[in-house]
Amino acid sequence: MNATQVKEADERLLHTSALRKLLGRPELGSVVGAVAVFVFFAFFADSFLRASSLSTVLYAASTIGIMAVPVALLMIGGEFDLSAGVMVTSSALVSSMFSYQMTANVWVGVGVSLLVTLAIGAFNGFMLTRTKLPSFIITLGTFLMLTGLNLGFTKLIDGTVSTKSIADMEGFPSAHDVFASTITVGGVGFKVTILWWLALVAVASWILLRTRAGNWIFAVGGNKDAARAVGVPVTKTKIGLYMGVGLGAWISGQHLLFSYDVVQSGEGVGNELIYIIAAVIGGCLITGGYGSAVGSAVGAFIFGMTSKGIVFAEWNPDWFKFFLGAMLLLATLLNAWVRKRAEATK
Amino acid sequence: MTQTESRTALVELSGVSKNYGNVRALEGVSLEVRAGEITCVLGDNGAGKSTLIKIIAGLHQHDGGTLTLDGEETRLSSPREALDRGIATVYQDLAVVPLMPVWRNFFLGSEPRKGVGPFKRMDVEHMRRTTHAELLRMGIDLRDVDQPIGTLSGGERQCVAIARAVYFGAKVLVLDEPTAALGVKQSGVVLKYVAAARDQGLGVVLITHNPHHAYLVGDRFVLLKRGTMVGNHERDAITLDELTRQMAGGNELDDLRHELQRPQGRGERRE
Repeated sequence: MNATQVKEADERLLHTSALRKLLGRPELGSVVGAVAVFVFFAFFADSFLRASSLSTVLYAASTIGIMAVPVALLMIGGEFDLSAGVMVTSSALVSSMFSYQMTANVWVGVGVSLLVTLAIGAFNGFMLTRTKLPSFIITLGTFLMLTGLNLGFTKLIDGTVSTKSIADMEGFPSAHDVFASTITVGGVGFKVTILWWLALVAVASWILLRTRAGNWIFAVGGNKDAARAVGVPVTKTKIGLYMGVGLGAWISGQHLLFSYDVVQSGEGVGNELIYIIAAVIGGCLITGGYGSAVGSAVGAFIFGMTSKGIVFAEWNPDWFKFFLGAMLLLATLLNAWVRKRAEATK
Repeated sequence: MTQTESRTALVELSGVSKNYGNVRALEGVSLEVRAGEITCVLGDNGAGKSTLIKIIAGLHQHDGGTLTLDGEETRLSSPREALDRGIATVYQDLAVVPLMPVWRNFFLGSEPRKGVGPFKRMDVEHMRRTTHAELLRMGIDLRDVDQPIGTLSGGERQCVAIARAVYFGAKVLVLDEPTAALGVKQSGVVLKYVAAARDQGLGVVLITHNPHHAYLVGDRFVLLKRGTMVGNHERDAITLDELTRQMAGGNELDDLRHELQRPQGRGERRE
């Protein structure tokens, strides 16, 4: 920081400044949790520390993390999106079916899919801001409608619950490279989704911390009426956040499609909660106004470590949900404590 | 500020009325705000103070009468338009976003930016420095502009909101019950900043139900009661006692006093 700032940060702050800054970071709890989980599995699962295991963990983290980033931003903006999980499947289905039925090139479907997911996001945001109903209700409605549409349309068009293979279509290899390729570093293969994930975290962090839109996101989540009163475009900000979730669903959906070449239309149900859990473990307040994109990434990383760590430790994977639930509770308690400090310290 | 300039009313309401459905919230209210003067709007709960403030702030539009800004009759369609016309409103409870740092709150809605195209970003360093300097100018020496604004006291929060309005070039400052939730000392601090804003040449509309606070700083007093204007006085035409009496209900207060005095006549329940 600049010199005057340092000089002006006067003696009343003493040495607590650095510690307080650290305690004030939303990610703190999740980072402590991530280290604990890492040490835990490093101790109990012999194969956990291998590079190939790291790649597996990161891949699992990235598939959740890509969605956890926009979901976290939305949560900071004070809203939920329960349709996020099935929207990923919708995105893959639209891409696959449009390409198969209408054209010869998969990239057309990929483009149409982007438009559709952005439109679904805009619909969510528009309904929310127009009706002023809680986002829980609005997106629960979208969730159910999309679940029905996914199954209904797929059966109508393809006769079964999965789409037809698009592996032999034009553009499939290049789309596969972009959304689902494996990059080999030092003999270990890393999925390209990890790059998508890290890029999203970087962009989202930049938006939150350094742009006007980021200021607005914190404000509409923290105190919507105050934000509106000082001229923040609340409606636009919220609709934009929902469209961000649409963008995430598009990337995740294309990965889902191009990892294989068919899509199961019933997938995705329940994932919306996992995205929310990752964001909350990462320090987002469910009441809005506080949180970070990096936190959501750490939350997703904890998710990846736990889901794969249990496999490496050769335990019954049934235990996974228990771990996830316990971590969610711990994280929420810690966050509540941090917020109380932030609001009450003087 | 020259003498002639301060003579033109920045905001002038004349015979303004407002209905919510079939409820008459405001009827025939007139008021004027001049540069370097404080106009106090006094009234009990439900007198129409909030409705009046919402009309000046652009949140609601008036149904009857005229709203004149700088001599030009107009109709404000949004808080944004009111802000652009130089009217800044500070609400008692929704002035700030508690979890956001002070500097983010200070510039909320009017963030200065640098850079081009997709790399356009907030000028964070400038924002931090300006916040600190502007608050210092108002007499608030903040330890850390990064602290959440929720950690400041109620009075300090009001002052940040006032300093923000002054910094962004407001010509008219509308304050909604700035002292209502504050203790005696904090109220004094806030009133000091209100006076400081006035001395910088702003016109101030101070909404309050405390005649003592109003009389300390006010130049003219508008009294509201159940949506109608029951008084509009220049400072030298009214005393604090008279203001308090009118504010508390005037003749009604005399009746009330009379009623409450009766039991003092020990034993003489009936006269």
